[in-house]
Amino acid sequence: MQALGLEVLFKGTNFIRLLGGLGVALKISLLAVLISIPAGILLGTLMTASNPVIRAILRLYLEVMRIMPQLVLLFLVFFGTTRALGWDLSGETSALIVFSLWGTAEMSDLVRGAIISIPKHQYESAAALCLTLPQTYYHIIFPQALRRLLPLSINLITRMIKTTSLILMIGVVEVIKVSQQIIEANRMSSPNAAFGVYLTVLLLYFAACFPISMLARFLEKRAEI
Amino acid sequence: MSEKVLTLRGVVKEFEGQTILDGIDLEVEKGEVVVIIGPSGCGKSTLLRCINALEPIQGGEILLQGSPVKAGDKNLPVLRQKIGMVFQSYDLFPHMTIMDNITLAPRKVHKRDKAEVEREAAELLSRVGLADKAKSFPRQLSGGQKQRVAIVRMLIMHPEILLFDEVTAALDPEMVREVLDVMLELAKQGRTMIIVTHEMAFARAVAHRMIFIDEGRIVEEGKPDEFFESPKTERARNFLNMFRFQPASRS
Amino acid sequence: MDVSVLTEYLPLYKEAALLTVKLGLLGILFATVLGLVCAAVLYFKIPVLKAIVKIYIELSRNTPLLIQLFFIYYGLPKIGIRTSPEVCGVAGLAFLGGSYMAEAFRSGLEAIPLIQEESALSLGMTRFQTIRYIILPQAVSVSVPALVANVIFLLKETSVFSAVSLMDLMFTAKDLIGLYYDTTEALFLLVVFYLIILLPVGILGTILEKRARYAGFGA
Repeated sequence: MQALGLEVLFKGTNFIRLLGGLGVALKISLLAVLISIPAGILLGTLMTASNPVIRAILRLYLEVMRIMPQLVLLFLVFFGTTRALGWDLSGETSALIVFSLWGTAEMSDLVRGAIISIPKHQYESAAALCLTLPQTYYHIIFPQALRRLLPLSINLITRMIKTTSLILMIGVVEVIKVSQQIIEANRMSSPNAAFGVYLTVLLLYFAACFPISMLARFLEKRAEI
Repeated sequence: MSEKVLTLRGVVKEFEGQTILDGIDLEVEKGEVVVIIGPSGCGKSTLLRCINALEPIQGGEILLQGSPVKAGDKNLPVLRQKIGMVFQSYDLFPHMTIMDNITLAPRKVHKRDKAEVEREAAELLSRVGLADKAKSFPRQLSGGQKQRVAIVRMLIMHPEILLFDEVTAALDPEMVREVLDVMLELAKQGRTMIIVTHEMAFARAVAHRMIFIDEGRIVEEGKPDEFFESPKTERARNFLNMFRFQPASRS
Repeated sequence: MDVSVLTEYLPLYKEAALLTVKLGLLGILFATVLGLVCAAVLYFKIPVLKAIVKIYIELSRNTPLLIQLFFIYYGLPKIGIRTSPEVCGVAGLAFLGGSYMAEAFRSGLEAIPLIQEESALSLGMTRFQTIRYIILPQAVSVSVPALVANVIFLLKETSVFSAVSLMDLMFTAKDLIGLYYDTTEALFLLVVFYLIILLPVGILGTILEKRARYAGFGA
């Protein structure tokens, strides 16, 4: 244990602090997901609309969010808004804004994909049965799209959790910061703490993401049948 | 005494605890055309796949001109060159032109000269009426055309025996004839063939011997005229009746 | 925005961008090789190795690159594995990307119907010839859009390299903001340089995806 530096975790409140750090990241990811999913469903449905102006605007938004590394987006909001707009956003607020905007864009693309994957004859059959357009969407299109969408949107949660680790880079206290503090504080007594602590952080992320990935895969298999 | 091309002795095929083939004995002579019929799921397609060792067998033996055909055997590719097979689904290689589809195996397996193989391929293509399709890709062809190419692709390997696994079953009705005509022509040339089919009129016209399989066993075999006019077993009679009274039995 | 500041910073960014591209491409190259090997292990169902590959894929896909880098750079030296920032960045990217590449290749291989393999075998081709001429060409062309998407994803992921003190684009931008408060110029150049790197690959990806969706061979 000494050699691997795992013992620092059992000293005092170290492990609790580490979990607390992961908690901040998790809190931001969950909030961002809660915003992204409804907003993404709305924008994604609009993306299938026939209005070319709406489609072009949404497409541009999606592409901007997609092409830029999330860390660049985070820098733009965190550093950029202070300069350009005079806002002084906290790291946590900046992170929430960026990850919500990014998550919404990703979600909208998933929703769009799920909707257009429904074959045209489904719309035609619904029309032949004299269903109105809202009825068609509510009874025919959404239920089928949801089956395909569910595993993908659950996957988005793991992507969000992984992405929120970036908030370290703008100095929000969270799991990495806490581990660095633990390592610093125990430099003398546990020189190998870095190995144990970072391994633990890695495994904590794994413990958070792996079950969600498994759930997504299970739902994906079910959707195929 | 004519030459035996293929011999099956007590072939047993099991899959996931179920017996698919339950002791099949069969001998096919050179130049003979054997047609196998039977209800779906009876094991007739599995039998062809076993002859080509695409499926391992759990009992008995399969001999091609005296050499055992066994799944996993080192010698298998050499034996398979002597067994031509055409499948039900269009199995052309979609990433190659028709010409490349046909010439790939002779060039890579037999190491034959490209120009010479292409000459033979062109000759075979024109015999099945597809001389102008050499540069096309499979997706540009109709189902019937694809099956004719699949036959040419097999013929160019100069196999000793030809296996046809319901090759017209997935075709639109108007394309069935063009493929059957090619097969009739091959039979006339004296090729050794085993054909699995649901086309009864064709079976009667082409077969030297009919074999009826049900539940993994050969239930009845005989000359086509006798088999179709007066089947000896109850099961064969019932099966043939389904085709005879098609409109009534479908409901 | 101050143009003289822009021209002053330009060389710094150029150098940083070169580092990003160089390490990114190297990491992607190793990731592709690793992915191919993993996909082959899964495809041929090689015992023991198959289990290891599966564990690796789960570990790699369910943890963030940033933490992987921290572990490699700060954690591993404690058990005697010391790496330079460059090696750490490339290794981290390869570790992350390998699993994504493996998935792309695997889905390509799985998309090829069994009948293709069977027809090749029934023509007397060996297993090797079947893979070489029939399975691989089709599988790779199916995989291409996913592979390009992975390249974009991995190039974007390089943005965390500054965490292990690599002087990449993010490092340069943060440095300039911290030192001189030229936030607007620093961020403007950051976006421009990432666009220069990512836009061409992104456009290529869109084209390939469209082609894969609407056409096949001989169209």
